[in-house]
This record gives sequence, structure tokens and C-alpha cells, in this order.
Amino acid sequence: MDELSLGCVVVGAGPAGLAAAVNAAESGLRVAVIDENDRTGGQIWRSNRGALHPNAVRWLERADRAGVRFIAEATVLGRNRSDEIEVVSGDRPFRIKTESVILATGGRELFLPFPGWTLPGVTGVGGLQALVKGGLDIRGKDIVIAGSGPLVPAVAAELKRRGATVNAVAEQADFVRILSFGLKLARHPRKMFQALQLGFTLRGVPKHFSCWPSRAEGTDRVERVVLSGKRGTVTIPCDFLASSFGLIADTRLARLLGCSVDDRGIVVDEDQMTDVPGVYAAGECTGIGGVDVALVEGSVAGLAVAGRVDDARRLFRRRSVEQRFAAALEGSFALRRDVLQAVEDSTVVCRCEDVRWADLKDRESWRSAKLLTRVGMGPCQGRVCGAALCRLKGWTDPTPRPPLQPVPLAALTSSGQLQPR
Amino acid sequence: MPRTVTLTIDGASITVAENTTVAAAVWNLNGPDMRVSVERQSRGPICGMGICHECRVTIDGRRHQRSCLIHCQPGMEVATRHG
Amino acid sequence: MIVVGAGMIGASIAYELMQRDVQVTVIDASFEASGTTAEGMGHILVMDGSPAELALTTLSHNLWRALAPELPDAGQWDPCGTVWVARTQTELDALSGRCSTLAAAGHPSEILDEAQLREAEPELAPGLAGGLRIPTDAVVYPPTIVAWMLEGVSRSGGRILLRTSVAEIGNGCVELASGETLEADYVVNACGLHALDLLERPIDNAEIISRKGHLIITDRYEGMIRHQLLEAGYLDKAHAATDDSVAFNLQPRTTGQLLLGSSRQNRDTSRDIDSELMAMMVSRALEYVPGLAEVNAIRAWAGHRPATPDALPYIGPHPDAQRTIIAAGHEGLGITTSLGTARLIADHVLGQDPPIDPQPYLPGRSVH
Repeated sequence: MDELSLGCVVVGAGPAGLAAAVNAAESGLRVAVIDENDRTGGQIWRSNRGALHPNAVRWLERADRAGVRFIAEATVLGRNRSDEIEVVSGDRPFRIKTESVILATGGRELFLPFPGWTLPGVTGVGGLQALVKGGLDIRGKDIVIAGSGPLVPAVAAELKRRGATVNAVAEQADFVRILSFGLKLARHPRKMFQALQLGFTLRGVPKHFSCWPSRAEGTDRVERVVLSGKRGTVTIPCDFLASSFGLIADTRLARLLGCSVDDRGIVVDEDQMTDVPGVYAAGECTGIGGVDVALVEGSVAGLAVAGRVDDARRLFRRRSVEQRFAAALEGSFALRRDVLQAVEDSTVVCRCEDVRWADLKDRESWRSAKLLTRVGMGPCQGRVCGAALCRLKGWTDPTPRPPLQPVPLAALTSSGQLQPR
Repeated sequence: MPRTVTLTIDGASITVAENTTVAAAVWNLNGPDMRVSVERQSRGPICGMGICHECRVTIDGRRHQRSCLIHCQPGMEVATRHG
Repeated sequence: MIVVGAGMIGASIAYELMQRDVQVTVIDASFEASGTTAEGMGHILVMDGSPAELALTTLSHNLWRALAPELPDAGQWDPCGTVWVARTQTELDALSGRCSTLAAAGHPSEILDEAQLREAEPELAPGLAGGLRIPTDAVVYPPTIVAWMLEGVSRSGGRILLRTSVAEIGNGCVELASGETLEADYVVNACGLHALDLLERPIDNAEIISRKGHLIITDRYEGMIRHQLLEAGYLDKAHAATDDSVAFNLQPRTTGQLLLGSSRQNRDTSRDIDSELMAMMVSRALEYVPGLAEVNAIRAWAGHRPATPDALPYIGPHPDAQRTIIAAGHEGLGITTSLGTARLIADHVLGQDPPIDPQPYLPGRSVH
């Protein structure tokens, strides 16, 4: 089994991870960044047909100069001891000797089930953008984006620019909430400017507030969506329906390592350290806040790991400023109860195992539901259904067990080599 | 001159731009219904980032590959629910 | 009667008693099947490690086959059979001996040579000496069967008290954590790993330790494996009292997933994965089924078998508290022997002659 000895391992190659890695490496540590994807950038800087976001390019150049290594297509299996983690990359297992781990595992979309959400062509909001960046062709196609959060107009604008026909944009929060959020942007001029640009791009696109998708319809794929709101329903045809309800922190690895989490994400102190010695966390996984706060938090974590306490402290004020934006986000897009009640008895909630709401609604705990209905027993291991059921049933997140992503069995042996076919 | 990749999807040979994911290539060619669920429903990807596992297809004989995370390579053989 | 513990053992006992018109209250600190029952494989098999083990598993095996038509679909009853796999002629000779033993106990089985073995299981590696196929063995999914049994108990007027902690079990009485005391003609202690800890009066020579085992569940690969596959050496390793060990054990589930084991470690009560031991377990499996290399593992976990010093469960009255019956310590055979356990206990409390000699399983027996 391959072994590496490093000063610091960063898990996640998005903005927080890159900022952490660069700061740790520039301070003299040997650093590697691990990511499940085969490209760097995470989600917000996801490469667009091979072209990287200019911010990503700048950080990657710094990372390169500082000697940061990248281990792609890799997933962390666990931490054997306080100074060793186990990783699987492709089909090979590795052990990495390191005293410090920085978790920058990011966020992911919150999906909530509604009748018809499993029709092919219904995707997440960020999900559709990711698929398009991977080459999905939406030129001339009809799209409806219905859900919640800043991703909704951002992705709508992006897809419109790429040639899609955006038939409607729907936000479940009330217009008044969105307006007050917009006013809070005044303290963040760049974000305000971006918001105005979005508004301009989306001029002419029908916008629905206090509206949510109550049903997707179609024969073999989605053909139209029914939006419900305070004033009744409206049915809108579409080739693509992008729906999600904000972002949530990805805390699986943190919980596997024993870190405490709260309802925002991984709990950290002012040095971005978790309550497990040697494990730090930064960015969306500590609380959704966007790219700017991720960069500062990542930088603090990288400096803290390197022992550069004073330099880390110098970033605290900027971090506070950016975290205020995060707080504004949270309040403005809170989910209305209607959205949590859109699900019907026959609606599939666990997509991996086809477990319906009727089988779940009377269960008393995640674990007993899992054992008796198979919810969460599929390859996504409760990532999609678990997040929804936490909100629909008030359950706590299921216990993660390794591997956090499916790995071929050969990768769980000491030698790990797959035989060539 | 942008580079291209030629691969096979459900027996059909297609050429895509470099840096196209298998999920995008499959969807552009045949639509989003690339997988069959436990109760035989058609499914397609939702998250685009390897979380939902709805984009699983067989690549070069290996089942359950998350196609949204994998970029098309020359000569790849992809089999979806249709192939 | 009171049954403490709503796992496979407790539920089977309650179900048997209910069928014999005995009023039952079942108590569990958590929800049904939340302990060892949720962690294991659900393999229904005959094991001939000792005459007493053979008798109990044979009785239980027959009871399972009789119950099978009534089980709910969610119980996933699958009579797929077992194939014990021999690498060497020596191992194959040992399997031939077992074939005779099983035949004498009423279990038809057949010895397979190398070619017949590959035909029965095409994914097995070439070069294995042969195997022993037991067609009547089966696989089940225990948690839903427990739930079904308890529903039956409840419908017949039994009481199921979940999320109710027990502080102590005396002689025919149970003290709840709330302070309330419940009395009954008999109390059955089916609390697995913790059974002996809950007793007001300890039992001399009795001990239940945890024997930790790792399992890995895969994604769906329908049709890849047809029988439950065990290496010939599994039986000896299961009975060895000491040393960490791994033994190849691969189970096809009706979902098409594969459940891969097995390992044994004494006295480790943590849920942490021991990655080195698990790596050995997987490596061993790849020697028997090379195609597993590409199969995706989606979850690994560690469970705890309640093990006794002589590898036989405790089934019978507390030697110093005759109104309390112990039903615990079934190691890796709890699912199979749950029904035989239930039968022995029901016969005992109702004063009927048991179908097998209950002596070997009595708590308080001397241990060599």
C-alpha cells in the first residue's frame, strides 16, 4: 500500500480547500489536496468544458508554485489513528501520515420530493448547471427553474446566456423577503452589482414569488410543471425542470471523523478547528455562505495549521464581514411549510430504493425506517433522501459509515491493484 | 481547432467535444432516461456532482459508474438502460 | 410472561408463545431489531461443529422451512442453498466427512468436484478442489421478520413496550429504569450482549463476550452469485475461542447486492472499522471470487456477536432463579437458532417434552 507523509491534507479542491492548501503550503508545509472529482475547482469554480474560472486559475497557480499536490478521484475512508488517514484514489488505497486535516467538503443542494420529481429531465438547479458545464446542450430548450435561493436566478441567467429559453423562474420565498435580502447586499457592493446584472439578464423572464413546484408531469420525461402559490396554480411547459431548495453543508466526512456538527454545518472555533484535535474545517461545510467567506475561512485554516496565528487573526475582521452575508442568506430563504407538504403518499422519497412517502410517514426514527423499509440503503447512502427526511420528519442525519463513496472492493485491500481485463 | 473524442453509446458511435462528461454525452444523444430504478422506473441525473447516483451507467463493462463525474475518453463503451 | 429484548431471539420466543396462547409482554430499550439482529447476515444454515450445535441448528432449520410460506415478502426468504468451498484435497476430504454427518441428521447434501463447483458457481476462481452443496439452506432479512412477528403478537393481545429501559431482571420480575416493577410467571432474558449484565443474581461460569465482525454490502450485481459461499475453514474459525481471524463468507441478497464477511475479534465493543482486518477479509474473498475486485462496496460496518465460552447459547432457566429464563449468547447463529430457542423455551414453560435434549444449552453448565 502506498504511503505518503505530509504536513497537511486538505479534503476538497473548491475555493476553501484551495485557499487552505495555498496558505499552508506557502508557510512551508507539505500539502496535498484530495478531491472526488477528476478536476479541481469544486462546484462554484467547476471547470466549464476544460476552461477554469479565472479566480480558480489564480489560486491554482499559487498552489503550483507552493508545491501543493493534487490527488484526484479520491475519497477518504477514515482516520486510523490521529496521525494517519486512509484514502482510496481510483482503485488504489493509500495511507497518508499527517497530523492535520482540513475539511473543505463544501455544500450540496437540498432536494425535496414532490409528485413527479423522479421524471427524467427534472434536475437540481446547481445540478443542471453542472451538467451543462459538462456539455449538456440546452440551446433552444424550454427550462423552468423553481426552488429557492440565490442559485435560482444565477443559474437561470447563466442558462439564458447559453441559449436556453427560460420559461419561468420561481422562488418559494415571499418577494418582501427577497427584497430585504437585496437591500442587505448594499453592504457588499460586488454582490449587489452581480445581483443587478442578474436582474438585467433575466428581464422579460416571468418571475413567480411565493411559488413552488407542486407537481412535474410528462410521459417518459418531464413535459410541464405545475407551480402552486398563494393565488392558485399555473402550469408551464418545459423540457428541463431544475428544482432545489438552497444549499446544505456536506458534513459526512466530518461526522465520520467524530466532529460535532450543528444545523448549519461543522462546528469550528475561531481558528477553524473542529472539536477533534488536528481536524480543521472551512467553507460551505461549516455553514453555507458563498465563495468569498469560503476563501477567507480556508485561508484562516491554512494559516492556523501552519501555526501562523497572528496572520490568521488578521483575517478575522474580513471573515466577520463575509459571514454577515451568510447570515442574511439564511433568514431570507427559509422554507415555507407548503414546500415540505408537497409530497404525496405515492411520491418516491428514496430514489435509490424506490421507497415512497406512504411507507415512511409513520416511522419514528431514521434507523428504524431504514431497517424496515430500506430507505437510505442504496448507493447514495441517504444523502438525498436523508436531507429531505430530516426536514419532513425532523429526524437527525443518518450515521455515515465508510466508504463515503462507493469504491471497488479491490481498493479496500492492502494491495489494491485491479487485475487488467 | 477544438479537440474531439469518439466513443460508443449503446452501440452507436458518436463524437463529442473534449471535456464532455459521459452523462452529458448520453443525455444529448438519447435523452435523460439513462437508468432503470428498483421498481423499473426511468431515471436520469439530478445533482450533476456524484451525489444522487441516478446517472449510473456501465462503462467498459464495469457497472454502476457515475457518468456525471467521468469525462468521455476515446474508445469508451457506454451502456445505459437502453444498451 | 415477559420477554425482555425485541431482537430475533425475543421476537421468536414471543411469537411461539403467542401461538401457544400464552399472554406475552415484550420490552425493549430501543426499537425492534435494533441490536445484533440489525447487524448480521441472516443466513439459515446447519452447522455441525458439535452434536449439540447440529441438533439445535437442525431443529431450527426445519422450523424455518415450515415457517417460510407465511413470511412476508419483505422478509426476503431465499432458499438459495450454501456451498462450502474447499481449496485443497484435505479440505475437501473434511467436507466429505461433514456430508455424511449431515445426511445422518436428515440434510441432503452433495460433494462437488472442481468442475461441478465451477458449474454451480461460475464466479469462483479456477483451481479450487471442490465443495459441499447444501441445497436446503436459506437467507432471510431479519429486521422485517422481527417486525412481522411482533405485529402478530400485538394483534393477539400481546403488549409491545418499546423505548422502555430495563434496569434489572430478578426472579420472574423486571425492574424498569422508571422504577416500576413488573412480575410474571416467567421472564425471558433475550438481551444478547447485555443479557448477563442485567441479572440481579449472576450465574457462575456464565459469560457473554462480544465477538466483533465486519461486513460489507455492495451495489446490485444480480445473478453474479447463486448460493451463500463459505470457505471450508469457516467452521473451525467460528469455533476458535481466541485470535483475530477472517474467513471467506459471501451472501447473495434477493436485491442483487452481495454481503461480504467475515471476521472475528474478541472483546472489541467499538463500532470502528479495523481497516487492516477488513483488508484481510476482502483479500481473502478475492482469492475465491476474483470478480469481486470490480464490485462496488457501498457500506462497511462492524457488528457484535454475543459469544459464550463453549460456543453454545444459554437457553434455559437461571440456576438460582427458576422463573427467569435466559435466551442469549448465540454467537453467529442467532438468526438460525432463534426458532429452535423459542421452541425449547416454550416447551419448558408449558411443561412439554422438548424435541431435542436441552441439557447442553443450560445456563450454569460447567465449562471445560
